[in-house]
Amino acid sequence: MNFGAQGLTVRFGRRLALSDVDLELPPGEVRVVVGGDGAGKTTLLEVLAGARTASAGEVRRPSAERIGYLPATSGVYPDLSVAENLAFRAAAYRMPRAVFAERRAALLGAGGLLGHEGRLGGELSGGMRQKLGVICAMLAQPDLLVLDEPTTGVDPASRRDLWRLIAHAAADGAAVVVATTYLDEAERAVELVLLEAGRVLAHGAPEAVRGAMPGLLLDGGAAPPAAELERAWRRGARWRLWRPGAAKVELEGWREVAPDLEDAVTVALLARETAEGVAQ
Amino acid sequence: MIVKEFLQLRRDRRTLAMMIVLPLLLLVVFGYAASFDVSKIGALVVGPDAQAFGQRLRAPFSPVSVHPGEGMAAARNALRDGQADVAFVTGGTRTVALVNGADLFTARAAETAVARLAATQLNAQSLLAQIQAELPQGVSLSVVTPKPPKVEVLFNPGLKTAVVMVPGLAGVILVFVGTLIASLGVVRERQAGTLEQLAVMPLSPWDVLIGKIAPYFLVGAVDLAIVLGAGMLLFGVPMRGSWALLVLGALLFLFVTLSLGVLVSSVSQNQGQAMQLAMLTVLPQILLSGLIFPLSSMAAGVRWISYILPLTYFIQISRGVMLQGQTIGDLWRPFVFLAVLGAVVVTAATLRFARLLAPAPPGRALRAGAGEGRA
Repeated sequence: MNFGAQGLTVRFGRRLALSDVDLELPPGEVRVVVGGDGAGKTTLLEVLAGARTASAGEVRRPSAERIGYLPATSGVYPDLSVAENLAFRAAAYRMPRAVFAERRAALLGAGGLLGHEGRLGGELSGGMRQKLGVICAMLAQPDLLVLDEPTTGVDPASRRDLWRLIAHAAADGAAVVVATTYLDEAERAVELVLLEAGRVLAHGAPEAVRGAMPGLLLDGGAAPPAAELERAWRRGARWRLWRPGAAKVELEGWREVAPDLEDAVTVALLARETAEGVAQ
Repeated sequence: MIVKEFLQLRRDRRTLAMMIVLPLLLLVVFGYAASFDVSKIGALVVGPDAQAFGQRLRAPFSPVSVHPGEGMAAARNALRDGQADVAFVTGGTRTVALVNGADLFTARAAETAVARLAATQLNAQSLLAQIQAELPQGVSLSVVTPKPPKVEVLFNPGLKTAVVMVPGLAGVILVFVGTLIASLGVVRERQAGTLEQLAVMPLSPWDVLIGKIAPYFLVGAVDLAIVLGAGMLLFGVPMRGSWALLVLGALLFLFVTLSLGVLVSSVSQNQGQAMQLAMLTVLPQILLSGLIFPLSSMAAGVRWISYILPLTYFIQISRGVMLQGQTIGDLWRPFVFLAVLGAVVVTAATLRFARLLAPAPPGRALRAGAGEGRA
């Protein structure tokens, strides 16, 4: 049976942080949880990692020894060196010395941290600290790897290194779940879960989420008419406009385009907010 | 800026409560405790004239215990064992007043009281001389007035303050190392965001507690050795008892204070709160443990606090072993009380760690400042 959750609900007093969330985490696959601030990503990952109990629902996870968890903070001790942070993990997980040495070398190499073993966690750049956090979480070769926004605030080169590490963990057979606010990263996932206000707004393979976008998406070089402005957003130097209905209405200077994941997610959020939206 | 600070202070209710309630509490507690006045001096009277001498003793000698059949050795033992503050050995050419110098203020009060006793006797002698002078020639009074008692201070002959303070100060230093420094251990994890990491790692509450205590335990032990060594070299503090007994007591005490520090840390949300709370445990220990003010001088309503403070028992052990040469037979009570306090504090700390490391219930924040739980 896969790790994951079914009907997961978490209440903070009267507020629903998570409502009836289902998530399957098969071994060897990366699942991505996307959503805006306050959507429920961290709460979902805390429950999956065993750091928080749920108000209702079922969670399937391995024992603590077989879980690797990167909290929203890097989880790195700022006053321990890279080597000492790793050694502490190895001791806590009772890793045999030879296995630790081998994993340490492999992961530091994959993360581009070889040669930095003596630097203190607090002296590392944000990206390096995040990489160390992910390496720490992966060190004991967990069956379930839970990573909460590992790439937030990290430069593109470090993001590439981090995703290499994440792919490495999945290739080793771990079930991986990653929370992120970057939708381009979600494209890499076998499946993604889009959360909004604790509810699942979209769920499935990235192409399925894109394909399920209701209505039409238009691309234009200038702002749309004021009446449609609330369904428009900027993408770089250009504008996107979402029309919920399927009927094609010509608008000068605008053309229909296929949505990418960012468009599809934005539309899903708009659809939920607007009365005429065809929310899923 | 002022409004912002007020808003932040209002949200930090624990700090606000400490700022308002604590001064009042400290004033009341320490006001009743801060007294050097010794109103009672426990006296033992031995020797052939013990009965008559004992009857003449008035306040502040109380209680007075009379044992005519005992002698000098029993008097010394009683003082060593803490059964009396002063022992009068009657018989012979002159009564000897043995005073326990390990309890500085009581010893000084005893010296004064004995001197007053001697002055009363001198007054009686001079009165008799006057009466004698007024009597017709050939008539004489055949009253024998005893010589005033000769005072001998045991354990700290010069009544030196340092000799009494250093064994106690060793405890104070251990309190600082233990409670204050260890109190930062868990909040550091909380603030660095590593506590939630610990919560999902395969570590038991006991693993974390011992891990937190062990380094400070070693540092505290080194501190203790340095303080006692320096105290003996610089201030001439004697070592009349067993080193092994002192080390055992010190290690037990250190374990209790470190556990208390970790407990404080585990209930604090940030380093400021931890330090305030730690000070709340350290200050009473310094002022109410008998280090400065004698326990016997404290108001009964405050004295019970002394009996739940670990330093009270460590001071009894360190002074007892170093100055009086007491044995485990004399000191089993402070050892037992210290062990009981240790068991209570360690159990509380372990339970607290178990709660911290258990999965957080839905409404509880995992990190300080995370509000009612991040979404």
